[in-house]
Amino acid sequence: MTISGWAEVALTLALILLAAWPVGLHIARAVEGERTFLHPILAPLERVLYAAAGVDPERGMGWQSYASALLVLNALHFLMLYAMLRLQWVLPLNPDHLAGMSPRLAFNTAMSFVTNTNWQAYSGETTLSPGSQMWGLTSHMFVSAGTGIAAAVALARAFARGGMETLGNFWADLTRIVLYVLVPIAIVAGLALVALGVPQTLATHADATTLEGAQQTISMGPVALMEAIKELGTNGGGYFNANSAHPFENPNAWSSLLEMLLVFLIPIGLTFTFGRIVGDPRQGHALLAVIGIFVVAAVACAYAAEAHANPLLTALGVDPPQGNLEGKEIRFGIPLSVLFNVITTATSCGAVNAMLDSFMPLGGMVPMFLIQLGEIVPGGVGSGLYGLLVFALLAVFVAGLMVGRTPEYLGKKIQAKEVKLAMLAVLILPLSILGGTALSLVLPQVAASLGNAGPHGLSEMLYAFTSATGNNGSAFAGLSADTPWLDTTLGIAMLLGRFAFLVPVLALAGSLAAKVKVPASSGTFPTHGPLFVGLLVGVIVILGGLQFMPALALGPLAEHFVLFAGKTY
Amino acid sequence: MLRDLRPAAILVVLLTLLTGVVLPLATTGLATAAFPFQARGSLVARDGKIIGSALIGQNFTAARYFHPRPSATTEPDPKDSSKTVPVPYAADNSAGSNLAPTAKALIDRVKADLAAAGAAPVPADAVTTSASGLDPEISPENATRQVARVAAARHWPEATVRAVLAAHTRLPVLGFIGERRVNVLELNRALDEVRAP
Repeated sequence: MTISGWAEVALTLALILLAAWPVGLHIARAVEGERTFLHPILAPLERVLYAAAGVDPERGMGWQSYASALLVLNALHFLMLYAMLRLQWVLPLNPDHLAGMSPRLAFNTAMSFVTNTNWQAYSGETTLSPGSQMWGLTSHMFVSAGTGIAAAVALARAFARGGMETLGNFWADLTRIVLYVLVPIAIVAGLALVALGVPQTLATHADATTLEGAQQTISMGPVALMEAIKELGTNGGGYFNANSAHPFENPNAWSSLLEMLLVFLIPIGLTFTFGRIVGDPRQGHALLAVIGIFVVAAVACAYAAEAHANPLLTALGVDPPQGNLEGKEIRFGIPLSVLFNVITTATSCGAVNAMLDSFMPLGGMVPMFLIQLGEIVPGGVGSGLYGLLVFALLAVFVAGLMVGRTPEYLGKKIQAKEVKLAMLAVLILPLSILGGTALSLVLPQVAASLGNAGPHGLSEMLYAFTSATGNNGSAFAGLSADTPWLDTTLGIAMLLGRFAFLVPVLALAGSLAAKVKVPASSGTFPTHGPLFVGLLVGVIVILGGLQFMPALALGPLAEHFVLFAGKTY
Repeated sequence: MLRDLRPAAILVVLLTLLTGVVLPLATTGLATAAFPFQARGSLVARDGKIIGSALIGQNFTAARYFHPRPSATTEPDPKDSSKTVPVPYAADNSAGSNLAPTAKALIDRVKADLAAAGAAPVPADAVTTSASGLDPEISPENATRQVARVAAARHWPEATVRAVLAAHTRLPVLGFIGERRVNVLELNRALDEVRAP
């Protein structure tokens, strides 16, 4: 680790905080239909969308109606993407005449983009046309991000007032988030990325004759806008197979800084949105403090692991000061590679600028553990906030048990029904992650997908189900994931991780919204102080993380010890 | 559920048109107008012919050129399309090795590369593959070790090569943002343009 490396980390995190605060407040204004500086341009378009769809943005929806609208829209969106991927060969903007995807790969990919996961079992530049990347994937990145933010806003509203029957209007929430938040930031960021070197063209490739006279085909396409929304919406699906490690997706340190800022912008900003919606900014700051503790700890662990050279290579005569450089790019070095991958796994983004499969065992364990915590520190756009609030409810419940009082959060009594719904949501993670990994590893034909042997093989499969269930989408990419079993089961894991979590959360929101708001008294446990922050950190680690320890001990931890004992596989 | 179908279907179609067609095309137009070089892939030409992209690495094996990092990219085997063959710096098929730190294949590969790399200790980037397989850059340490070979192959004094290398070594901005690095294509192109001393 170096001082200049930590200076890069500090600069990035400081810029993120500065940018996220106004964006968070802007989101709060936009979703409540308040006038923003973008209204003169975009309000007519908003009205056209409502009129065409025949929706009244003022009509409140109960939680069942809200969930129904959300699920129906996402189901249709899934079907549309599936059709687009299968029919790629007849659709326009396909100059290289690429074929349609196989049914199982199209299922996996459509599920991946509808659930905001962006797991890539395909290789972008060889499988998809510019058309499919634009109206297939890029448009899904906007809408799936909007869906997550809408659900988080609905839950935040449940805490705002007492005795409410409705959570807001899903159509209006989604439309406003896409129009007033995602589209403007994506355009500006997309153009900034072009200025830094990211291509945005309808050409699919250029043919070059190298200085030595060889032919080189250089793939390109409309990359910059997709790159911007891929980070901004914590989607993570790259235009190219190598994702943000590809020089065209991420040409230099500045583009890496901008992309990291975009990834954290909305998840961090939403803590400020939450504070504004519930009318108490300190509540958002407490959540932000929890997030900050996890992020800084994760960066420190991963940085320490990766700055250490692979001892097996050092023994052969490789100079150690550059750290573990296999699967990393020179322009990022160790600090930006580590920070980027912590940021994209602390959120559900899953973009990578270095290959996690080649990380040191403990360096690769950090991203995996961050996802296993439930993608809540700060997690995906929206999904992170509602996940973190579920844990906040469990934390006040635990505190209530300790002192024998009915727990409250923001004046809402937390009772048996709420705790049951919160636990129902939280239990999806171990079921899908550990269940899916265990089942896959005992099937002999599935184990053949593993790209590496020994404990690292277990890590690869564990990471795949962790990433799919957490809707992250990054991978230990040595795993050959385009097989009938993995395409199907990982697709189901993504579905469970997204919607089997989301529906109980909306039910929870409905139940909380209806409750009266109890005024704070001297016996109320304050949820904006250091005591609550510490308690929430503890509950997240114990309830979210501990259940994965046995699996991690057999994978990355075991690999760490055999690596330093000099063993290879 | 059923009454949600109409608004859902219309919003899906309209938002797809907006974010999947209008927005990408508008961005492409704006980007091409404002930053034509970058938007088209930062292509560099010599004598009117495209020789590569300033951002994408390419393979060099001749002694008179600086060599890039090893690359893990592959292409389909022309004899059997279900298999792949190693093709370094295949810029239409980016990929890393994805080898674990404990992988025997990694150790064997590095051993073979070290045998050709000269006296230990060898800079790590000279024997490790990048994440994309298209890394355009190497470390100044790696480049410095290649100066003698390049100078000998061109029958130049080493100082000439060293001067070109120094002119094309990039440093971190403000001393801490980014890494020290050398773009291999840029450096080799500059060497070709030096008039023989």
